[in-house]
Amino acid sequence: MKLIVNGETREVGAQFLNALLSELEFEGEWLATALNGELVRSAERADCALREGDRVEILTPQQGG
Amino acid sequence: MLTLYGTELHSHLLLGTAQYPSPAILLDAIKASGTGVVTVSLRRETAGGSSGERFWSLIRSSGVRVLPNTAGCHSAKEAVLTAQMARDLFATDWIKLEVIGNHDTLQPDVFALVEAAGILSNEGFKVFPYTTDDLVVAGRLIDAGCEVLMPWCAPIGSAQGPLNLHALRSLRGHFPEVPLIVDAGLGRPSHAATVMELGFDAILLNTAVAKAGDPVAMAGAFAKATEAGYAAFRAGMLEPRDVAVPSTPVIGKAVFG
Repeated sequence: MKLIVNGETREVGAQFLNALLSELEFEGEWLATALNGELVRSAERADCALREGDRVEILTPQQGG
Repeated sequence: MLTLYGTELHSHLLLGTAQYPSPAILLDAIKASGTGVVTVSLRRETAGGSSGERFWSLIRSSGVRVLPNTAGCHSAKEAVLTAQMARDLFATDWIKLEVIGNHDTLQPDVFALVEAAGILSNEGFKVFPYTTDDLVVAGRLIDAGCEVLMPWCAPIGSAQGPLNLHALRSLRGHFPEVPLIVDAGLGRPSHAATVMELGFDAILLNTAVAKAGDPVAMAGAFAKATEAGYAAFRAGMLEPRDVAVPSTPVIGKAVFG
């Protein structure tokens, strides 16, 4: 199915958010995720089902002022 | 001593982590500043990338507390979601709340700021709002649950220093018990000393250190100026006078001729 991941359209096979992170090679535990504008806590990713057209945000620590 | 939401800190300086020439210089600047708190952000990670984890390892090695920000958010909704994601990632309920209302000045949208501050305070966040020097907005933020205020003294990154001393004095006078941190607009150590001499509790710096010719030396210079201003305020400064007053005793002066 097609998802919008960090603003880019991606064709993926993953059905759940944690599987999506693995499929797209997002490595490391220091990630924060949101689905369609709602927080998905790290502990909830395994149970977070994905649907066609979902918008996924995957964020990580960066420099900031 | 600086107390923010019950956390005691020895330094009165908070430091941003952006725009340094290298990670090593950032780390040395953190040490030279003596700060106990650095600000960080959340940004999109690229697939297969690990820049975030490398940066996070660097910050953790510094041993200081992090204050995540919501930089770049332009609505209360965006800022609230970013704060929630930051809490999940950094395991802290501290959040530097920024909601930008103007692209040119990076002036906060104070209406959305108050709205987001209320939502986040109700969710248990300890909100550090980046705000203007407006007295009424400050009161609204306190009503919304903020126990710390972070007014600008000039636009972000402008290095102009305090543009409205009257407004900063007014904030200090009206909210004597609320920790006030000048966030944004400082350019020189003398600016830091000036706002600390007004009785402010701390300053938050980024560009003035990171873009200095020698960021590590500048971090140290700001640390000294900040602590000097803090000590001076508590020592009780002399008010300016219009006439000269001799400092050497007049009594006992010799009379010649």
